[in-house]
Amino acid sequence: MSALTGTTRLARLVLRRDRIRLAIWILGTPLLGYALAGSVAGIYPDQEARLGYATTSASSLVARAFNGPIHGTDLGAVVVAETYVTLALIVALLSTFAVTRHTRQNEETGRAELLGANVVGRYAPLTAALLVIVAANTLAAVLLAVALVGAGLPLAGSVAAAAAIGGVGVAFTAIAAVTAQLSVTSRGANALAAATVGLSFVLRAAGDVLGDQSADGTRVRSAWPSWISPLGWGNQVRAFDGERWWVLALPVALLLAGVALAYALAERRDQGAGLIAPRRGPAIGAPRLLSPTGLAWRMQRGTLLGWAVGLAVLGFSMGIAGDEFNDMIDANPAAAEAINAMGGGADLINAYLAAMLGFFALTIGAYVVQALLRVRVDEADGVLEAALATAVSRTRWLGTQVLAATLGAVALLLLAGVTTGLGYGIVTGDPLGQAVELGGAALLRLPALLVVAGVVTAIFGLLPRWSVVLSWTALLVFLLLGQLGAVLELPQAALNVSPYTHVPAVPAVDPAALPLLVLAAVAAALLAVGVAAFRHRDVPS
Amino acid sequence: MPVISIGNLVKTFGAIRALDGLDLHVEQGEVHGFLGPNGSGKSTTIRILLGLLRRDSGDAQVLGADPWRDAVRLHRRLAYVPGDVSLWPNLTGGEAIDLLGQLRGGLDRRRRDELLHRFDLDPTRRCRTYSKGNRQKVAIVAAFSSPVELYVLDEPTSGLDPLMEAVFQDEVRRVKQAGATVLLSSHVLAEVEALCDRVSIIREGRTVESGTLTELRHLTRTAVTVETARPVTGLDALPGVHDVHEVDGRTHLEVEPAHLDELLGQLIRFGVRALTSTPPTLEQLFLRHYGDDPAAAATGAPTAAAASGAPSGTAASGAPAAGSSDADAQVDAPQGGAR
Ligand SMILES: Nc1ncnc2c1ncn2[C@@H]1O[C@H](COP(=O)(O)OP(=O)(O)OP(=O)(O)O)[C@@H](O)[C@H]1O
Ligand SMILES: [Mg+2]
Repeated sequence: MSALTGTTRLARLVLRRDRIRLAIWILGTPLLGYALAGSVAGIYPDQEARLGYATTSASSLVARAFNGPIHGTDLGAVVVAETYVTLALIVALLSTFAVTRHTRQNEETGRAELLGANVVGRYAPLTAALLVIVAANTLAAVLLAVALVGAGLPLAGSVAAAAAIGGVGVAFTAIAAVTAQLSVTSRGANALAAATVGLSFVLRAAGDVLGDQSADGTRVRSAWPSWISPLGWGNQVRAFDGERWWVLALPVALLLAGVALAYALAERRDQGAGLIAPRRGPAIGAPRLLSPTGLAWRMQRGTLLGWAVGLAVLGFSMGIAGDEFNDMIDANPAAAEAINAMGGGADLINAYLAAMLGFFALTIGAYVVQALLRVRVDEADGVLEAALATAVSRTRWLGTQVLAATLGAVALLLLAGVTTGLGYGIVTGDPLGQAVELGGAALLRLPALLVVAGVVTAIFGLLPRWSVVLSWTALLVFLLLGQLGAVLELPQAALNVSPYTHVPAVPAVDPAALPLLVLAAVAAALLAVGVAAFRHRDVPS
Repeated sequence: MPVISIGNLVKTFGAIRALDGLDLHVEQGEVHGFLGPNGSGKSTTIRILLGLLRRDSGDAQVLGADPWRDAVRLHRRLAYVPGDVSLWPNLTGGEAIDLLGQLRGGLDRRRRDELLHRFDLDPTRRCRTYSKGNRQKVAIVAAFSSPVELYVLDEPTSGLDPLMEAVFQDEVRRVKQAGATVLLSSHVLAEVEALCDRVSIIREGRTVESGTLTELRHLTRTAVTVETARPVTGLDALPGVHDVHEVDGRTHLEVEPAHLDELLGQLIRFGVRALTSTPPTLEQLFLRHYGDDPAAAATGAPTAAAASGAPSGTAASGAPAAGSSDADAQVDAPQGGAR
């Protein structure tokens, strides 16, 4: 029996398990690309508008940080600048989670052991997962290229842009293959890989911010940090601007190296084990652990710390970048108008800060979903059954989880607001005042997060088996409505679906109590539905 | 007043009818064996008794209360060992035990430490690093550390080695001595025989038999082998005699315990030279209820029956069940000789 025996059969199993996810991924990416390309073409129809856009983007450090380096004034270049980072992040995370799901998670649940006892080679499970996921990335890229050409963009550039996105997926497939070997839990493997995605984002942003503007003012030549970020490679292909095809060899090289490393690691460790030896712990439970609240804190604290560090760094740097924003606005009235419309207020810098806080609130939504879905993970594992067989009521158990997630969200919001305020305050000379003001403004986003918590709780109560998929889908919809809704020119009714739409964009506008109260009421209703449904259903189910 | 009282219990999962009019009565202070083939509805019943699942119809009372409505209050008075123990992977075993005990309303720290020692369990290891048997031990220690009125144990010893099995049996006897009631679902017949005052056997969501082991034995035929001076005749006409056949001059047959008298009266007339009678083993007893073809299961030799009619279980439950047939043979042999 060779080390790869059974790969084909396992690959079919992966396809079978993920047929719906894969279909959404492979068809969703090109559809999104097509829609975005079309609407960008509508917003920047002529050379003049695009020249303005390119010049602004090349000179703005914020645009460089969030949209990557601009490469000229071709319509395709504008489409890439507007969409690349969002699509690349989505593809990176999808690939990561898919790899973990079909490797480490199988080991964690013991499914792999069941398979391993059959005629299955040592490397077969990993190889099967990688084959399917690389194939999915490739197929999605081919369709994306077709979609971009269909939207009227030049062939070579479309292929390069689509391949760049596919390359990001392939690169993170390789990274996840390695992290799946390192951590014992699928949560840990996902967290490691997601941290790599975050690090890549920061490196790319740094490299692009530190880069030089070309002589004609419409291009950015990134500095070296972008080159050590798999997210940055896609930009270096320079789609629609004299494509550098050889850059696409980088993700392929990373894939080969990653697979080799993953095989070598798999060779060294036992089934189900990681490379980091487990530590021992206390023989008795400390009194503060021994309650639903204590347990919830214990389960959340690691995750919360990771989020706190990430948000603090991001908030602080975005705050500092706020000052640079003033310069950019002065240079470009058209962009000023766009940002103004986004924030909705008079003062442009406040619009920028409001947009930042909105972005953080969306991100913290992911924390809330992740934290609350623990209940479902516990239910699927069987731990919930053991807990509910003790003298703890279902209401108390679920309520504790919701409360823990809410408190976590409050802490993270406050932290993000305060660090943004500190950063902005340091460059403008009023750190304390700004920290207090933006900390308060950030907290006003809480009702939207309560709605997110309510949505997850309601889904968990009513459709437990679909909790994970539906909860993340809901958040993704909110995210897409917020990030791309304006570019896609969606009707207001569609935008209203997202709770984030209704939060007053403080500090760009004055706070208003009514929308916040309505959001809180909606959240309360959703929570009540979720708890009531949970009280009346079977556990486990 | 019975501690557990279930009447005509029905539970469906979509199209699957997991419980189909189940009855179960467990009296105060008894150890009650709860048996049945895989998928017959034991765990489902237990989860209903714990208020985890909601019954479709029928009555269920635990310690005089409704398990669904009074779940929290009831749970202070009972302890549960799930069939498939899973724990918080990043807590240590000691922390998991203390947490479960505390959530139940407190545990006896002295007992906890003693049990850890007796079960030879290292409480400083993370739950994710425990073997199946050790996870099982964590749940058992957590349950027996709490002085409660009712212990609900769903295949608690699947995965325990024989030494630990003995410690477990001691614990069950101890809590029984202290006046507690135990509901014990198990596939390990030796354990059932050693511990249970009464057993209920269920099949396809319905109770098929309930009583003491002695009572159940009386419902099952005794195997008789007899060597006589003259060929025996007229056996087929006797009531309660089945499966008569001759091998090498010896007559083999099965007889219902109630008709032993008539059988002996008949045999004596042909000059009995040798006679052995074997009461049904537990294995035969259960296989009669478990298998698709009860008659075949009852007539086959124990080993053959075990091989052909044994419920096709998981590897984990298969191993102890196989081991138990030896134990049964030892227990039954002296009784057989005494008859
Ligand atoms: N959540 C569920 N959804 C659908 N069917 C279920 C569910 N839980 C149990 N069943 C079905 O109900 C029946 C009874 O299952 P149960 O787990 O109670 O059996 P059991 O007697 O405990 O078996 P075992 O000896 O294998 O533990 C089985 O057919 C099982 O497949
Ligand atoms: Mg069971």
